[in-house]
Amino acid sequence: MSDYIVEAIKNGVWETLRMTAYASLYAYIVGLPVGVILYATAKGRLLQNRPVNIVIGVITDIMRSLPFLILLVLLIPFTRWVTGSSIGTTAAIVPLTVGAIPIVARMVEASLCEVQPGIIEAATSMGASPLHIILHFILPEAAPSLLQGAAINVATVLGYSAMAGVIGGGGLGAIALQYGYYRYQKDVLWTTVILLVIMVMVIQGAGGLLAKIRRKA
Amino acid sequence: METVNETDNLITNDGSDAVFELDRVSKIYRNEGKDFTALRDVSFTIREGEIFGIIGMSGAGKSTLVRTLNRLTDVTSGSVRYFGRDLAELKARELRKVRRSIAMIFQGFNLLQQRTVIKNVEQPLRIAGVGRRERKEIARQMLEVVGLSEKEKEYPARLSGGQRQRVAIARALAANPKVLLCDEATSALDPKITGEILELLQKINREQKLTIVIITHEMSVVERICDRVAIIDDGNLAEVGDVKEVFRAPKSRAAKKLVFPSNPYDPSDENSRLIRIAFDGLSAKEPFIADLVATTGQKVNILSANTKSVGGVGYGQMVLELPPDEKDRAVVVEYFRSKGLAISEVDE
Repeated sequence: MSDYIVEAIKNGVWETLRMTAYASLYAYIVGLPVGVILYATAKGRLLQNRPVNIVIGVITDIMRSLPFLILLVLLIPFTRWVTGSSIGTTAAIVPLTVGAIPIVARMVEASLCEVQPGIIEAATSMGASPLHIILHFILPEAAPSLLQGAAINVATVLGYSAMAGVIGGGGLGAIALQYGYYRYQKDVLWTTVILLVIMVMVIQGAGGLLAKIRRKA
Repeated sequence: METVNETDNLITNDGSDAVFELDRVSKIYRNEGKDFTALRDVSFTIREGEIFGIIGMSGAGKSTLVRTLNRLTDVTSGSVRYFGRDLAELKARELRKVRRSIAMIFQGFNLLQQRTVIKNVEQPLRIAGVGRRERKEIARQMLEVVGLSEKEKEYPARLSGGQRQRVAIARALAANPKVLLCDEATSALDPKITGEILELLQKINREQKLTIVIITHEMSVVERICDRVAIIDDGNLAEVGDVKEVFRAPKSRAAKKLVFPSNPYDPSDENSRLIRIAFDGLSAKEPFIADLVATTGQKVNILSANTKSVGGVGYGQMVLELPPDEKDRAVVVEYFRSKGLAISEVDE
């Protein structure tokens, strides 16, 4: 591999990490509250509210079922409006975030559902408000599971970020596509793939470890 | 500690000593067109400072009943009054305030698994808006009361069942409640640990004048610490009264069933009848079986006999098989009656 390709790969690793980190962060800022709402408004839960639950649930599932590549293209006008451009690493963060929000929301919801109903009953019997119960009982109890879910979500975002290369999103995906696929440079292709695999494994491992440390029972 | 409880302004004290007054409480669960009646016209009063037992077989409705006391369950009809106030009339915010004065412990402990023991005990204080430092101080006092001071930094998963229930009791007491509801609190524990937990509850009842309501399916729990007991059978109140009285002379079928669990008495003759004799310390001193044989010549078969201490008074009971012949039987019954013994027939 020539020097400039090595340089490009180094740069690509950095870009991929940047896209993944920002998109994951933003996706959680929106997705975590959405997941909490999905959980709390479901039947038999603290703030049971059928209309809210159905509307948010349907929107979440529609967004989740769109293939990411289609979402990338559909969101181009929105991306341009938000970042002023539809090309580049910063621009790619927008569709990555939008694509990850519903996945995060459902994952959060699933984690919260694992919390023992007895904990909620105990909190209710203590005279806690629904918000207090969510913040001080349900979320702390679900923390290890939320961390484990986060590891899976971040790894998914990383995988999606490679696809962003298709629309000029930069990162390892773009390098794999340009040098590995269009120019038949198998060594570049495999290097990027191996790097992506390593990154996913590191994220998964770190998330799992954090969850294990946090989990007290 | 006084600042924690703000319920006083919500309570209308009419001078009676009733904490809870249940008036014809019914609960019907409607599920896809099928109705299930969990409680039917249940009325009784729980008085301040007593340990009140609610006993029944599993599925009798006692868990639903205890949940009407802090409105974790809404009643379908009838009313539950707490210090004179109908719980059903309370708005969400008022209800939350009232609940802070009605602590509850559970069979499954329901502790936060991801929080340390002391953080668990602090929870009710946090809800009441008590500051961090005061919270910790009170929580430490509570852990001392239940004898777990050295475990404050442990996580519940590392504690034994008995210790977990102690933490739950410390948590329940933290916000200085007026009542403690115990929902099968000892059912997951072995007999020795159950004894220790009951002793602790009794100590708290005496020292802090805390009213305690105990839900259980075990007669031994009621015997051991309750002052009065309500027997729930298939959603109905079968009997309510002093524990001593219910034990001495159970009136309802459900009460008899609980007082002699799983009637194991097997008469030798199909035609013979079983009776139960309950006697207190006084009559227990007389050798009345021997006297019976000596004076009437009739023989009875002793199927079971034991003595128990109920509420500090020793008393005994004996299950006898009477002679198959009706006349002989009458003689025996007459003899026991003349001795002033309380006898009742054993249902089969």
